[in-house]
Order: sequence, then structure tokens, then C-alpha cells
Amino acid sequence: MLDQHREYVLRTVEERGVRLVRLWFTDVLGTLKSFAITPAELENALNDGMTFDGSSIDGYSRIQESDVLAIPDPNTFELLPWVDNKNTEARVICDVRSLDGSAFEGDPRQVLKRNLDAARAAGFEFLIAPDMEYFYFEPPVRGQVPVPLDEGGFFDLTTTDVASSLRGETIRTLEAMGIPVEYSFHEDAPSQQEIDLRHTDALTMADSVMTFRMIVKEIAAMKNVHATFMPKPLEGVQGSGMHLHLSLFKGDENAFYDEKDPNNLSPIAKSFMAGLLRHAAEITAVTNQTVNSYKRLVPGFEAPIHVSWARNNRSGLIRVPIPKRGNPSATRIEYRSPDPACNPYLAFSVILAAGLKGVREGYQLAPEADANLFEMDDASLEKLGITQLPQSLNDALKVMEGSELVREALGEHIFEWFLRNKRHEWREYKTQVTPYELTRYLKSL
Amino acid sequence: MPTSDTIVVFPGTPSPDLARTLDLGGYRWKAVSGADEASKVEPQAGWMGAIVACDEDAEAAWAFVRTIRKRDNAVSSVMVMISGAQLSDLELRDDLFDDFCLTPFHPRELEARLRHMFSATEGGARPELVEHSGLVLNLETYQASFNGHALDLTFMEYELLKFLAQNPGKVFSREMLLSRVWGYEYYGGARTVDVHVRRLRAKLGEEHANLIQTVRSVGYRFGQGRWSN
Repeated sequence: MLDQHREYVLRTVEERGVRLVRLWFTDVLGTLKSFAITPAELENALNDGMTFDGSSIDGYSRIQESDVLAIPDPNTFELLPWVDNKNTEARVICDVRSLDGSAFEGDPRQVLKRNLDAARAAGFEFLIAPDMEYFYFEPPVRGQVPVPLDEGGFFDLTTTDVASSLRGETIRTLEAMGIPVEYSFHEDAPSQQEIDLRHTDALTMADSVMTFRMIVKEIAAMKNVHATFMPKPLEGVQGSGMHLHLSLFKGDENAFYDEKDPNNLSPIAKSFMAGLLRHAAEITAVTNQTVNSYKRLVPGFEAPIHVSWARNNRSGLIRVPIPKRGNPSATRIEYRSPDPACNPYLAFSVILAAGLKGVREGYQLAPEADANLFEMDDASLEKLGITQLPQSLNDALKVMEGSELVREALGEHIFEWFLRNKRHEWREYKTQVTPYELTRYLKSL
Repeated sequence: MPTSDTIVVFPGTPSPDLARTLDLGGYRWKAVSGADEASKVEPQAGWMGAIVACDEDAEAAWAFVRTIRKRDNAVSSVMVMISGAQLSDLELRDDLFDDFCLTPFHPRELEARLRHMFSATEGGARPELVEHSGLVLNLETYQASFNGHALDLTFMEYELLKFLAQNPGKVFSREMLLSRVWGYEYYGGARTVDVHVRRLRAKLGEEHANLIQTVRSVGYRFGQGRWSN
């Protein structure tokens, strides 16, 4: 089957006159990296991989040797629909391996594959559908507050038309690349968009999230618009989240579904949720990896703060959407803290590890918190045993540091590198004197 | 369409040398004494090709060639066996044969010529196409197009679409599609099929997404539009 796969890719390159094949992979911070090869080199690359120097890639550096192998996954071969016909280009996503052929521990895609294998060994397949939020802005000026299109008066058309035509073009491109879209709409904040992707297995979805971010930015850039997945680009309005709809399947059965339960949640679903909740603080540095991420996780903007679950209460960390009747496969949970600036391979890995730990060890799920938690004081929250997510990147890193679960899920190499890199980011941030401080203190003190 | 594997030989009593060469070459063949008989005993999949010896009764031989070549469902690979003195008979008859071999022939030469002739028809010359309501799949180049526009598919999307398009109107369960299209190298069960169908529909575009229909609680069916239910 693999040989046929390769042959199919090579033949397509020939038939479609592909000029350039881009090999994609992802660094530890979730940035898409790519290098291009000619079609003549592709056959070689498919068989033996392409050697490249990993030391220039964030999180790939190692002590002994810096060369690693990029091995294209022929199943991810796609023509890039936004490149004009004369210079047809294709992309293929790579697995990064060490020169001896073993999985390279610095490659986030290998990390997710390893975690998915563990789930599969327990009989589970992990399905994900993300709601992707992002903003359109005028081209940014360094140090200036970003200007939403809706307020810009930058275009001849009315600005809503521009944003929605960009969104339409984005969806057409996504679908042409085999990424089906479920819904899309203009979000609450000015120039904020939401595109919800249809569920698929976690590895394909992590690849799709990488492709999604690329497409959104490319399509916008063609119209001289800046698209951003920054979690909280504007003060005072909602930030951008990446709510994840999660389920586990066992064969063809949704392992989260139980006909007899009032909420249709199986014991597996409940202990998975309990695992996610118990380990939520530990995995937050990965699902919310920037200083800015924590400006989104504040009260008043539909982002979760409290470690709790509820059916239809959007202030909780986990929401259980009420499924349509007679559709067991739609039973799922929605994990609401991640933001779209995360590394999807790593985020999906730690979420799966946390949930599965709950399943393996039979964690008990706390009762539903259906009150509006934002209106409760600390004492009442404590009485209910409801804790909060980390308040800053620094807090999150501290919890992560002590987490065996995250260390295991990410592997030693990425765990250590991530902590080092993010502590550095925090130290850098801490030295900043912000406009807030100047406004607040300069005159009065 | 099943591929044919039998050669028709004219005349009804071929020379022992020809018969032996064909047998040793591993070809299935049947000798006939005329075009009518050729039609009567023709296998369901048609003739793989024809070998026509012109050195006994040249006129009858060329009449036979003309008939099998000009009928509906023409025989695509025709080899004529001809003596040096008859070479001028080939003039202006290029459309009637694909190759010729001089008699008396050398068995190795005839074998090589036959091999070449049949490989040429299998390969590039006539790519096998699957066509259905604007969808064209070229099985040789793996390329798909819809209403003349190239359709870019991953390998498994292509394989699934090919299977469905080759069996239009039939309803397949997810399990059936998994075993026929994916074989044993899959995990993730029948939802793999759903995911690929969704991706195919996305690539076909909104108006044509219904080319692959969901048959509730059974599976999928290709190419039956609402008008043909």
C-alpha cells in the first residue's frame, strides 16, 4: 500500500506539472517550517527522507549531532490551491526521524503519534473537532494597537463584505485541500471570525490545524490583510480560543456514549473528563503557551477560568453539549481553554494523556457546576472544591514543571526544552514596563 | 470491464509452427475459419487480439481482418503473417493491422512482436477511463477531473472515488468499502470511510457533493441523483 501511495504521489507530480514540492514540519513552538525540493528529488525523499540541519529549528537542537531526516508522509500530499497554475506547488507533511531511522524526539508530530499509539493499544481512537477563532486586521504597525477591518474604512467595499469574502475564500481553499468545514461566522469582537472544522482523527486534525493557520494567513495576505491567531490582540473584547470537541471511539462505537445515563455520558467519558479536570493546570502551559494567552483567560469574555464542567454553562472548562437525539456518535465533550496559538500536536498529546489517565485509573467525576461561577466568591468556590486555571504563563510553567504526566506525554527532550524556552519568554516579559504602569503610576507616584 | 485473454487466429487450421509458438508463449488462442465464427465463439470480454495468416488465401485473410477491425467493438491488436512476396499488400492498409511478421517466421521474433503489440495497447495508447456524470478518472495516470477541471485527491480519496465510480448505483456499507478500498491496513473503523467521503464531497464542491449519497443506516451510493430514484 505504501508503495502504491508513493507511486500515486510521483505520478501526480508528473501529470500536474508540479514545479516545487514543499516539505512541511513543525517546530516545538508550533511554527510551520518548510523547505522546498524539486520533483526530481521527490522520489528519493519519499524512499529515504531528506537530511537537514535541525539545529536552526526551535526545539530540534541536540548535543551530539544536528542532522535529522524529514520523511514525507505520502498521505498528506496536496496541491496548494492558492498558488497560480503556471507554478504549481504541492506540500507534503513530514515525519522527522534521527539518522538511524528512529522517531526524532524533538518532532511534535512524533510525540502525538506516540501518544495516539498508546491510546490505540488501549483500544481507543481519539477524535477532535476544533472551533478556530482569529482576527483580521489592517497590516500591523510595530508597537501600535491593531486596527480591525470593521473600523478601518480601508476598503471601498463595506468592511463586513471584505471580511466575509475573505472567510468565504478561505473556506473554499480549506475544502479544496480536504479540510471540511462545519460552520463559520463573524464572532462577537470586531473583525473576529470563527471557522469550525469537522471532526477527524487527532493526527489528521493536528496537520489540518497547521494547514488552516497557513491558509487563513495566506488568503488574507493576498488582500493585504493581516490575520492573527494571537489569543488576545485587543483589550476589552473577547480573545481567540480554540475550543476542542473531543471523543474517544472504540471500533465503531462512541466510547463516550451511554444510552442509560441522563446526560448520555458513559463511565469512560466521565473518567476522561475527571482526568482532564484533575490535570488541567499541569497541561495549561502547553495548551496556552504565550504570555498573552493568560490575558484571554479572565472573567467576562466567555473564556474559562474555573476548573469545572457543566452541560450548557459556558463558564466551565469542560462543556458537555447536549447531543441531538438518536445520534450517539455526536456525544462529545468540549474543552474550552486552549487557544489557537498553541502547538496542536503537543496540545492534543497532553489532553489525551490527561484524559486517558483518568480512564485508566478510574477517576471520579465531580458534580456538575451549573451556577455562574463568575458570580461566586472565593469562599463558595472553595467549598465546592473548584480551583482556577493558572493565572499567568509563570504559574502554568511552575505547575507543569512538577508534572510527571506532561513529562511523559511530551518526552524528556521537548519537556525540558519547552520549559527552558518558556521561562526565558517569561523573564523577558517581566522586565517590560507597560503602558498600563505608565498611565497608572507615572503621575501619581 | 473484465480483461480478455484469448487471441483469435485465422485460418481455422493454423500452421503447426504458429500453434506451437503460441502455446509455448503461454497465449490462449482459438482458430476460426471466418469472421462469423469469430463472433460466435468470441469470449464475453472480447478478443485480446488477432493473428491472421495471409500466406494461404490472402483474399479471405484480408476480408477477415477488415471485418473484425471495422465492426463495433473492433479487435484492437491485429498481427498479420505475410510472405516477402506479398509485402505490397500492406500498402494502404495501415489502419487494418498493428504489426506484421514475415513468413516463414522465427518463433522468437513472433513472440517478441506479440509481446510488444499487447503491451502497447495495455499502456499509454488507450488509458482506461472511468466516466460518470462529468467525473473522469484516468486509471493509468491516477488523475481525476470533474467537468474538465482537475480534481486534486490524496491516494485514499482517489481509491475510494474510483471504487465508487466503477460501481455506480450500488449501495455499499462502510465495512464493505473499508475491506475493498483500504484492505487490511486501516485502523479507526468505519468512520475512516465517513471522513474520506466528507473530504471527497468537500473537494467535489457544494453543488456536486451529492454525487456520493448517504444511504441512511446502510452506507453510501455513487452517482444516483434525485431524478433517478
